[in-house]
Amino acid sequence: MQALTNKSKQVNRAPMSFIERLYLPSIFKGMLITFSHIFKKKPTINYPEKQRPFSPVFRGLQILNRDEEGRENCTACGLCAVACPAEAITMEAAERQNGEEHLYKEEKYAAKYEINMLRCIFCGLCEEACPKDAIYLSETFTPADYQRKQFIYNKTDLLIPHPKENPDAYEKALGNRPKRESVN
Amino acid sequence: MMLQAIDLALVIEKLILIVIVISASLVIAMYTTFAERKVAAILQDRRGPNRAGPFGLLQPLADGLKLFFKEEIIPNFSSKFLFILGPALAMMTAMMTSAVIPWGDKIEFFGRSVALQITDVNIGVLYVFGVVSLGVYGIMIGSWASNNKFSLLGGLRAASQIISYELAMGISMIALLMVTGTLSLKEMVIQQQQTHWNIINQPLGFLIFLICAFAECNRTPFDLPEAENELIGGYHTEYSSMKLGFYLFAEYINMFISSVIMATLFFGGYDMPFVNEALLSPNIAALVGIAALMGKVICFIFLFMWVRWTIPRFRYDQLMHLGWRILIPLALFNMLATGGVILYFGK
Repeated sequence: MQALTNKSKQVNRAPMSFIERLYLPSIFKGMLITFSHIFKKKPTINYPEKQRPFSPVFRGLQILNRDEEGRENCTACGLCAVACPAEAITMEAAERQNGEEHLYKEEKYAAKYEINMLRCIFCGLCEEACPKDAIYLSETFTPADYQRKQFIYNKTDLLIPHPKENPDAYEKALGNRPKRESVN
Repeated sequence: MMLQAIDLALVIEKLILIVIVISASLVIAMYTTFAERKVAAILQDRRGPNRAGPFGLLQPLADGLKLFFKEEIIPNFSSKFLFILGPALAMMTAMMTSAVIPWGDKIEFFGRSVALQITDVNIGVLYVFGVVSLGVYGIMIGSWASNNKFSLLGGLRAASQIISYELAMGISMIALLMVTGTLSLKEMVIQQQQTHWNIINQPLGFLIFLICAFAECNRTPFDLPEAENELIGGYHTEYSSMKLGFYLFAEYINMFISSVIMATLFFGGYDMPFVNEALLSPNIAALVGIAALMGKVICFIFLFMWVRWTIPRFRYDQLMHLGWRILIPLALFNMLATGGVILYFGK
């Protein structure tokens, strides 16, 4: 029968020669192999000090966006919650009152916005569904925690820092990845 | 009284020497655990412990502290006295061997000449063999007292392994003794200083001795008594806290001591090659000697680790086959050949 590939190798079942039965040469060969690994480059990244660069399409923890004046973009339309395949997002809408124009960009806003990070699968469909550029997936991991209820992130956890009051943190939260517009 | 006959200063000097030797071998064993982890890591392209202190140098302290603070569990069905005696015996026998090892020649100290050897017994080699074979009691008693089948299996394996390999080791030693004509370790070193290292006379004997030393120390490829993936932890399955620490520690002390003994028997002990110690002042010569011995020991310890991270464990029947059907005939052949050569050349 003809072999389909030439990957198969004939096993050598010949009895071992005297040198082979001594085992010491092959042990020595093995030791040379392990010794050569002393000089190999180590692939480990010293994690907390150094971090592996994320790929440009990395999807991490969600962030709720503000515009340049620090007003929240979200209008609580619920499209992200509908798009979410894991049903991790819940929200409650409220109407913007007079005098709250500096807080919320449009007349309707999310009074409550919660993402259950234990359910979230970080697929990024919420980001795609959002018509207002209000939700993004950032470059951070979900930090570990001790209790389940602490994985339900509310608005204070999710909102991006204020761009005017806290510009450094805002820049940091934006990350250094290219904006979605430039990617498309 | 008998004691008055002995120089009091001698007693003090020996006591100080004992304290130094024991604490030094403890510290060295501590850092051998660290070195083992580092060597393992480096041979496997990893980094190894590097968090505690600079380069992770405080790691052994952290490990020791952790072991001290762990909960001590003594199984209900174990015999408590023996359960505690096991690790204590293992540790004690591991430390006892160092008594006859010459660490260096002698140092001049306040006009006194202090030999760097706790005691120069004229049957030093026999003493070492006796104590080493006592070492298996620690393992056996501990494993039997645990009342656990895995422990017991580990203990059985340790006992039969050590008995099997002790034979070949002893016979390979006899060949060496025929060449040197002395049982005192100190005299052996002096002989090697004056002529050449024993490895040149006894290469086969050294190989057998080395393999048997691996087996006696329960190091891979002979770590069947522990065999963590078939016997859980082998003889120390039921042990926790510092009692476990003692067992692990005893293994490293054994490794250190057997490295010292191999260096002393076959590689000239504290003899620094290409240096004539007689031309140096005694204190400097002693320091050079200690450094030479430690250098050799470090090479041997590295060899132990290097082999451990290269070769897989033997199967039990392979172990017995190697011990009884290969090493013992080889050692006997070596002994007869040595005897023949000595007889023929009249030495």
